[in-house]
Amino acid sequence: MADLLQLLSYGPTGWGDEILSGASLTVRLALATLPVGLLLGFLLALARRSRARFLRGFSEVFSTVFRGIPELLMIFIIYFGGQKLLQFIVSRFSDSPVEVNAFVAGMIALGLIHAAYSGEVFTAAFNAIPSGQWEGGAAIGLRKFQVMRLIIFPQLVRLALPALANLWLVLIKDTAYVSAIALNDLLRQTSVAVGTTKEPFFFYAVACLLYLLMSIVSSVGISAIERWSERSQRGRATVRVSAEAAI
Amino acid sequence: MIPDLLVRHGARLLHGLLITLELVAISGVIGALLAIPLTIGRLSKNRFVSALAFGYVYFFRGTPLLAQLFLVYYGVGEFAGQYAPQLKAMGLWVYLRDAFYYAVLAFALNTAAYQAEIFRGAISSVARGQWEAALSLGLHRLPLLWKVIAPQAAIVALRPLGNELILLIKASAIASIVTVLDLMGETRLAFSRSYDLSIYFYAAILYLVMVEVIRRLWNAMDRRLTRHLRRESRPTPTEAAGLVPVIE
Repeated sequence: MADLLQLLSYGPTGWGDEILSGASLTVRLALATLPVGLLLGFLLALARRSRARFLRGFSEVFSTVFRGIPELLMIFIIYFGGQKLLQFIVSRFSDSPVEVNAFVAGMIALGLIHAAYSGEVFTAAFNAIPSGQWEGGAAIGLRKFQVMRLIIFPQLVRLALPALANLWLVLIKDTAYVSAIALNDLLRQTSVAVGTTKEPFFFYAVACLLYLLMSIVSSVGISAIERWSERSQRGRATVRVSAEAAI
Repeated sequence: MIPDLLVRHGARLLHGLLITLELVAISGVIGALLAIPLTIGRLSKNRFVSALAFGYVYFFRGTPLLAQLFLVYYGVGEFAGQYAPQLKAMGLWVYLRDAFYYAVLAFALNTAAYQAEIFRGAISSVARGQWEAALSLGLHRLPLLWKVIAPQAAIVALRPLGNELILLIKASAIASIVTVLDLMGETRLAFSRSYDLSIYFYAAILYLVMVEVIRRLWNAMDRRLTRHLRRESRPTPTEAAGLVPVIE
């Protein structure tokens, strides 16, 4: 047991620093992906409510495709496809070889998938807001954008938050897929450590515990945000939106 | 007519598809069987048992499936390697040599946790009065569960179970990372030989088709399970004769 713990120490003999740097990359990737996914998801939900048939159709197809294709496949398509596309563009100007940044490729792929799921959540939340809220806003002379910003959006956040919190936990776990495109995240660094030390069970268990730790810390943060978003609802029965994930 | 790429790799892709279906079906069924004791554990009044089941579910839902697969594939492999002679004697070595069975094990353990949560939620959603009424009618435990609780819980559990199956199909792509030649594995192999990106799009279409088939199947099952909750859309003879006004 002592020599196993020795393997987790900092410095040239231990793997503690490598694994922690991997964990930090995992957290950074998830944090960088979140705003992309949420913003795109919100736009998808708006498109779903649009009068333009093209936008509605686009939103439907986007969400079906990105929720139906395996995450791993998506990451490969974005990574290798982006590589080819970039190569094609750059080759018209110079001969220098280009390489797609794996972090950016992972961020785009995970962001698009996250957007498809959060789009469904926002759509369900929009549907849960009674139309009287829109009408009331219009009746007191607010412009459409103001109704959205002042009346609808605060309610939307409260309704969507529990499901979005779930998606955040899914996102943390999904970051593990980027280890397949040689990005040095927590899982890949662990694999490197296993390759050298030949202690797979111990190291992968440590990695799992670190992922669990991230979930636990997130859960604490999430319940704080939920309390904040529901401060107007104290003492009232709350309506929650649970968005069906894939069907 | 058929693109050259499909002529060369099509058959292997279809074989990979078959492996993917096999992988999902076997691990899904084993997962469902494992989920039953887990659900009982989660609902148990014994604090120790329910904490144990909770810990299992929390671990498998809180960590990435890929990490779990590595834990099983390399970790169990490590232990199996130490006992190779004994395992060979028992005839189990065949299973431990093939990455496919490690993938089945990892996926089954993982989906069991998710399915147990679905079962637990569905059973808890059945109103308490249903239990009490059945008990007061003198039903024994098994008929009570099977005839009263299960049909009502199934309605609640069906859609989340369909979701879980879809997630499992998508997640099964990671088996390719531990050398299983499932649909994703064959696709990666074909890509490394042809360096033609469109092979990934063909794979994407196959995955989308699988998901769509399940979605439709589940819609049909949902309609069947909830048939008693819908108002009959066909008019009854009296309505058809115009004797009763049809209320929409």
